Amino acid sequence: MMKPNREVGIVGYGAYIPRYRISAAEISRVWKMGEDTLHLEEKAVPGLDEDTATIAIEAARNAVRKAKIDPQKLGAIWLGSESKPYSVKPTATIVAEAVGATPHTTAADWEFACKAGTEAMQAAFGFVGSGMVQYAMAIGADTAQGRPGDQLEYTAGAGGAAFIIGPREESMAYLEGSHSYVSDTPDFFRRPSQHYPTHGSRFTGEPAYFTHSLMATQYLMDQLGYGPQDYDKVIFHQPNSKFPVRLAKRLGFAPEQYEDGLLVPVIGNAYAASSALGLAAVLDKADVGERILLASFGSGAGSDAFSFVTTELITRGRNPLPGVADYVTRRREIDYARYARHRGKLSMY
Amino acid sequence: MSLARHWRLQNQRYRLLGVQCEDCGARLFPRRQVCPRCKSQNLQRYQFGGEGKVYSHTVVYDAPAGYEGFVPYIGALVELEEGPLIAAQLTDVDIDDVQIGMPVEMVTRRLRQYGEDGLIVYGYKFRPKLKEAP
Repeated sequence: MMKPNREVGIVGYGAYIPRYRISAAEISRVWKMGEDTLHLEEKAVPGLDEDTATIAIEAARNAVRKAKIDPQKLGAIWLGSESKPYSVKPTATIVAEAVGATPHTTAADWEFACKAGTEAMQAAFGFVGSGMVQYAMAIGADTAQGRPGDQLEYTAGAGGAAFIIGPREESMAYLEGSHSYVSDTPDFFRRPSQHYPTHGSRFTGEPAYFTHSLMATQYLMDQLGYGPQDYDKVIFHQPNSKFPVRLAKRLGFAPEQYEDGLLVPVIGNAYAASSALGLAAVLDKADVGERILLASFGSGAGSDAFSFVTTELITRGRNPLPGVADYVTRRREIDYARYARHRGKLSMY
Repeated sequence: MSLARHWRLQNQRYRLLGVQCEDCGARLFPRRQVCPRCKSQNLQRYQFGGEGKVYSHTVVYDAPAGYEGFVPYIGALVELEEGPLIAAQLTDVDIDDVQIGMPVEMVTRRLRQYGEDGLIVYGYKFRPKLKEAP
């Protein structure tokens, strides 16, 4: 189990979900697939002027306001994503500039499919825990793309969540311990210059998602001496509605433990922001002294598991700062034609 | 495309960084070298809060080069809480829902991109205020 020598935690966090939604029924109308196979209602679609940088900026601004810290004290701005606006040029420097954290800071982009954001979080705990910096920001943000007509098109959503890691005494939720579990498992990948990813269909399930998430979660609970009954809330990566529910049941968690953090039916799979947004949604509603388990999953493959306990600071900034629920209810439904335009599937020249 | 010009304007575009006149108190955006109210050159950086109201608005159907992908979009004059009136696009709002006096807040969005291999320019736009203070 990993735990830094210096006690650390989350001192602020922020979320962002774009305004536009396309329903599974509307995608199915075009491609004639059964919309009920993935148990999704709709997914979030970025606006014409949105990308991973703009999504990360709003989540990061919300996190800075929640933490009530001077952004100049952020020693790291680390952004995990698989949909960077530039292949070469860090997105994190754009975010760092926009939140006012430049120039005396570190900034970098992280890549590990859907767990790039929690990978950055894992490193941020070490960076703060070692005393190298006072605060570090880890962000997961994506505007994921699925090939038109592919099963992924029903789920590939958009969103972002940012977490400011700092000392335990300033934290809204402190870290009890974490664990990461990785292997070379080619369940999902995208080669350079390719617009859409390739996935292994059923191979993405048992050897990839379930094995890695189960092993990371079970190992962490064993090391901490906890069982599922010790947790108030649990959040897993949400590639569709079925996987996280099946995983939760296999580990012995009940619906009241996983439902608050399950956003995929209404926003889709936000990739690097998926489990991170689930954590933000849980923190938005949490009371003092709640124990929360987060386990991400990233294809390729791996899982990061974290155990948190909320403190008396948990309600800081709950109002008037927008929470996950405010972004979920701010919705404008669009049809497939408008969706195609928003996602760059129409060529103007 | 001038990389240097866009880079110089970054701070004011990304987060509404302006100036405040240390002599008469005027808050100015975009930043200036001389205060237009009292002619003072004693100006310090000032971070605008990003909240304001729609002063006036129009719909752009025939966009200048680089902005064609956004049409139709809403151009507006936004009166910032601190005083200045600035021109900006409105975003995340339907054309029929825009009203004069509508409370808005600054967001950082894509302004334009220079083709598929060029610079992506980010900057301020305004959207209807997401959440009112309790």
